[in-house]
Amino acid sequence: MEKIILFAPLLGALLCGFTWRLIGEKAAMWTATVLVFVSMVLSWVVFFGFDGEMRQVEVFRFIESGTFTADWAIRIDRLTAIMLIVVTTVSAFVHLYSFGYMDHDPQWQEEEHYKARFFAYLSIFTFAMLALVTADNLIQMFFGWEGVGLASYLLIGFYFKKPSANAAAMKAFIVNRVGDFGFALGIFALYFLVDSVNFTDVFAAAPEIAETELSFLNGSWNAANLIGILLFIGAMGKSAQLLLHTWLPDAMEGPTPVSALIHAATMVTAGVFLICRMSPLIEFAPQAQTMIVVVGAATAFFAATVGLVQNDIKRVIAYSTCSQLGYMFVAAGVGVYSAAMFHLLTHAFFKALLFLGAGSVIHAMHHEQDMRNYGGLKDKIPYTFYAMLIGTLAITGVGIPLTSIGFAGFLSKDAIIESAFGSGDTWAFWTLVIAAAMTSFYSWRLMFMTFWGTPRGDKHTHEHAHESPRSMLIPLGVLAFGAVFAGMAWYGSFFGDHDRVNRFYGIPSHEVAATAEAGHGEEAAATDEAGDGEEAAHDTAAAGYALPGEGAIYMAPDNHVMDEAHHAPQWVKAAPFLAMLLGLGLAYQFYLVSPSVPGQLARQFRPVYLFLLNKWYFDELYDAIFVNPARNIGRALWKGGDGSLIDGAINGLSMGFVPFLTRLSGRMQSGYLFHYAFAMVLGIALLVTWMSLGGGAN
Amino acid sequence: MDNLLSIVTFIPLIAAFILMAFLRGDDAAARRNAKWLALIATTATFLVSLFVLAEFNPADPGFQLVEERDWLLGLKYKMGVDGISVLFVMLTTFLMPLTIAACWDVEHRVKEYMAAFLVLETLMLGVFTALDLVLFYLFFEGGLIPMFLIIGIWGGKERIYATFKFFLYTFLGSVLMLVAMLAMYVDAGTTDIPTLLNHEFSAASMTFAGREIMGGMQTLLWFAFFASFAVKMPMWPVHTWLPDAHVQAPTAGSVVLAAILLKMGGYGFLRFSLPMFPVASDLWAPLILWLSAIAIVYTSLVALAQSDMKKLIAYSSVAHMGYVTMGIFAANQQGVEGAIFQMLSHGFVSGALFLIVGVIYDRMHTREIDAYGGLVNRMPAYALIFMLFTMANVGLPGTSGFIGEFLTLVGVFQVNTWVAVVATTGIVLSASYALWLYRRVVLGDLIKESLRSITDMTARERAIFAPLVAMTLALGVYPALVTDITGPSVAALVAGYETALAEVDTALRLAQN
Repeated sequence: MEKIILFAPLLGALLCGFTWRLIGEKAAMWTATVLVFVSMVLSWVVFFGFDGEMRQVEVFRFIESGTFTADWAIRIDRLTAIMLIVVTTVSAFVHLYSFGYMDHDPQWQEEEHYKARFFAYLSIFTFAMLALVTADNLIQMFFGWEGVGLASYLLIGFYFKKPSANAAAMKAFIVNRVGDFGFALGIFALYFLVDSVNFTDVFAAAPEIAETELSFLNGSWNAANLIGILLFIGAMGKSAQLLLHTWLPDAMEGPTPVSALIHAATMVTAGVFLICRMSPLIEFAPQAQTMIVVVGAATAFFAATVGLVQNDIKRVIAYSTCSQLGYMFVAAGVGVYSAAMFHLLTHAFFKALLFLGAGSVIHAMHHEQDMRNYGGLKDKIPYTFYAMLIGTLAITGVGIPLTSIGFAGFLSKDAIIESAFGSGDTWAFWTLVIAAAMTSFYSWRLMFMTFWGTPRGDKHTHEHAHESPRSMLIPLGVLAFGAVFAGMAWYGSFFGDHDRVNRFYGIPSHEVAATAEAGHGEEAAATDEAGDGEEAAHDTAAAGYALPGEGAIYMAPDNHVMDEAHHAPQWVKAAPFLAMLLGLGLAYQFYLVSPSVPGQLARQFRPVYLFLLNKWYFDELYDAIFVNPARNIGRALWKGGDGSLIDGAINGLSMGFVPFLTRLSGRMQSGYLFHYAFAMVLGIALLVTWMSLGGGAN
Repeated sequence: MDNLLSIVTFIPLIAAFILMAFLRGDDAAARRNAKWLALIATTATFLVSLFVLAEFNPADPGFQLVEERDWLLGLKYKMGVDGISVLFVMLTTFLMPLTIAACWDVEHRVKEYMAAFLVLETLMLGVFTALDLVLFYLFFEGGLIPMFLIIGIWGGKERIYATFKFFLYTFLGSVLMLVAMLAMYVDAGTTDIPTLLNHEFSAASMTFAGREIMGGMQTLLWFAFFASFAVKMPMWPVHTWLPDAHVQAPTAGSVVLAAILLKMGGYGFLRFSLPMFPVASDLWAPLILWLSAIAIVYTSLVALAQSDMKKLIAYSSVAHMGYVTMGIFAANQQGVEGAIFQMLSHGFVSGALFLIVGVIYDRMHTREIDAYGGLVNRMPAYALIFMLFTMANVGLPGTSGFIGEFLTLVGVFQVNTWVAVVATTGIVLSASYALWLYRRVVLGDLIKESLRSITDMTARERAIFAPLVAMTLALGVYPALVTDITGPSVAALVAGYETALAEVDTALRLAQN
């Protein structure tokens, strides 16, 4: 069954991509879609049928070189199960949605075929993403990791006639590769220390890694911290965290279903998944954890500020994604991995909903994306409006304070903010609360500018604004359902009391571990030579805690952040709600009551406004310090290094040869050399053959 | 069959002989016959070479299918393959029919052209199968001549300059290697490669021209071989002949040059430098590692600045060969095996990339990147294949390019983290130049008037690419196809290397006590 989940989308992609000329475009699209739906149904079966025991399904051999071995294999545990349902559900409904959205795309002319290609790309992406989340070793994960990168590249650049789309696609791939640079080095270091790249071995060795010093570059590092940081650099690239975030807003050049699937719900969360997957190691890496929290919180804040002033509807949501991913990293960084996964899950629903809703608006408005040309669409496209409204209520975190009743984002985001408080990093807590206020502001700003007020922009477009076809509305409905209930349904499993969370993730409960105490104790005594780390691990087990690698996530015995979060003061728990109200109130004031205020503010604080509008000038900065110098250095090395220096030196050396060469050239052109050389080679060859035959006779 | 390797090696030469001796005239029929004869001969070679693979026992790390006969002047004719060389034989026989098929449209001196490729194939196969120093040298240096001619006669406008440069570089290396081989013969009393592999060359420090030389004789020999192999690879900074040679060479010449000839240097390092001169290799490994790391970064940056497609791919070849030398001198299982894998993979990928350039060069007669743009609109099949090999070139997992690159980096990380970090930046840079090229040639709207009527790939062209696509994906998804064969021999090589070093260490310690 697991194999079908993984390979059905691949089969769909191949059939759709290569046989559409034979079976027709429609049939090809349905093939791909049906196969992803099959995958989705089976994923839910796996999710609900999962009993907490990790199991592995071998597929076939992959890399084997000495002790460096990695198989193609499927690892099913709670983390995988969560990701399976996220990926396949969003993907299946995005496939369905694309039937409507990609019909009559104005980027193409009548006779051009593009739909089968689009569906094939979507399916290949789904396959790569599934390969990533089901990996049982780092190499297969890296395969999926780069595979989704390729799919993302292809889909961002789907409108290949548009130079801006091609530039954005390239940027996405290359910036991601900067992250992969860190990821790859992390894998090298892990193999160097553990002699294995399989998760099971790596997790078991985690306590030992924590005690190892590794000399890397000029310094000596604590191995766990170093590897944690390197892997996090990979996660930063994929999840568009600050410094490596520049590709995500540009990625909006791709068709909107792509933005929903790849750049909101699934691929960009791969970084969060990686950190949660590696939790047994990250728990032993305090410096890496600090870095994750700092980068996550900074991103949450930075992206929210930029989101405040953007005018392109998709860019607003893109920055919002970037910001929400920052939240997830903060949760992972403070050690509450289950809260990170919780937000990942709920975010997938409401963010995909928002993007698909935005797509529906764009579709209705004849591919106009500038919100300044929207307004008053509430009655024109009511279903889309209600879907977006639910999405907005979910992302801004609407619910009943101090209870666990609310939209999905209310429960998961608050869980993260409470965790930040529980960790003792009050600055992170405050950053996230402020970001929550901004989240609320830009989300409502989007809603007010789009659906309320008077129509702006092209009159003709507004008059012809129309509700989307059913294939687009059904996905909105399904995701809206998730955005409302996903939080309430799984609050207990992800962020309830410790035992319940442990059960959910298959972490052996304290009692079971305690009864096993005696056994472990004997074992530890029997293996005196065992390293300190191993003994420490046994002590841990003896004290009644799970060992790293038991269960899908690992929380060290001294990690009490989740309990602290549960016992946070009332005002802490209410803070995000108040922040949400503040953001809503300001947006209401600015965009409904007195719409002239934003303009005035922008004029009054022009430098600030421009700074935000231009995304803190990261693109300009990177062009100046990386892109242009690389090109100039390349040119300089070519002309100066290769041309003058190396060839110059060689030519100098060869002055004595020149007369000889000129003679040679004369011959060459007359063809003499050809015959001469040919005779020589033939002569040698004949001699060799003759001798060999002669030798054989003797 | 006792002389299977000889048969494989000499079928092309015999075909070349038949071609030159019996095929008369230069009319269309004669030209066609020449092409067919060459295609049949190379295909036959490939088919026979499959027997070599079938006979080969991967579990045995030693030389197999060995043939040994007396030859002239007391020299020996000896051939054999092990897990390191057998796949290079296969690579050569696999690629040659495709190369011949790729020059189907050539109409200038066809008979000689085909003969040159056939002779070249024999010489290349000989390099990988020879187990005698003299024989190896003949094949190794002889291979220059047909290549020299292919560029010099069927090449572009500045072919003479490119040929000289090519000749000049390789000639200097050759002379030193010849001297080293003589020295080895004097020292060991034999030219038999398996015997030499077990011979211990002195590593005691010696003074030469008033300077102390660490590693003594081993160092001198090692550098002599290095001079030759480094040029062939080519390593930075002796790489500048390659872009010129590629630009001037005809498409098929570029394919053979990049896909097979460059591998002779890497093979040489594996066959001679590492196992025969372990102390010197260990001593000078840092030099190679750094030259490799520089090559990767330097040539990738240079590739970014190119405006000629072939030059760009040529520079990217140098960068990829950087991973090879780096992996070899990491001298551990992953490094060496990764290096072999990288060489094989590069054979398919760079060969395919040069063919890709050839496809549009045949149509538009220019290699300027700026002359293209938006080809995907009229050439979707071409765009797909170009995409696949672009991704293989940047080392995307799932393609063969990933395995070699990744393994060599795993290998070198265990030896030198600085080099590993510098070399790993290659994954960013390669993506930059490769995607930049793809974007400028293939993507975008088709605006240029001259491209309006360009046609997609013909059936012949697709047939040439099909095997390359299959190999690139198969090796990327199931690399055990290669590692099962190379594993035992590489393990033996690495174990021998480490034992030799450990012995020297012990000897030194004893001497100090």
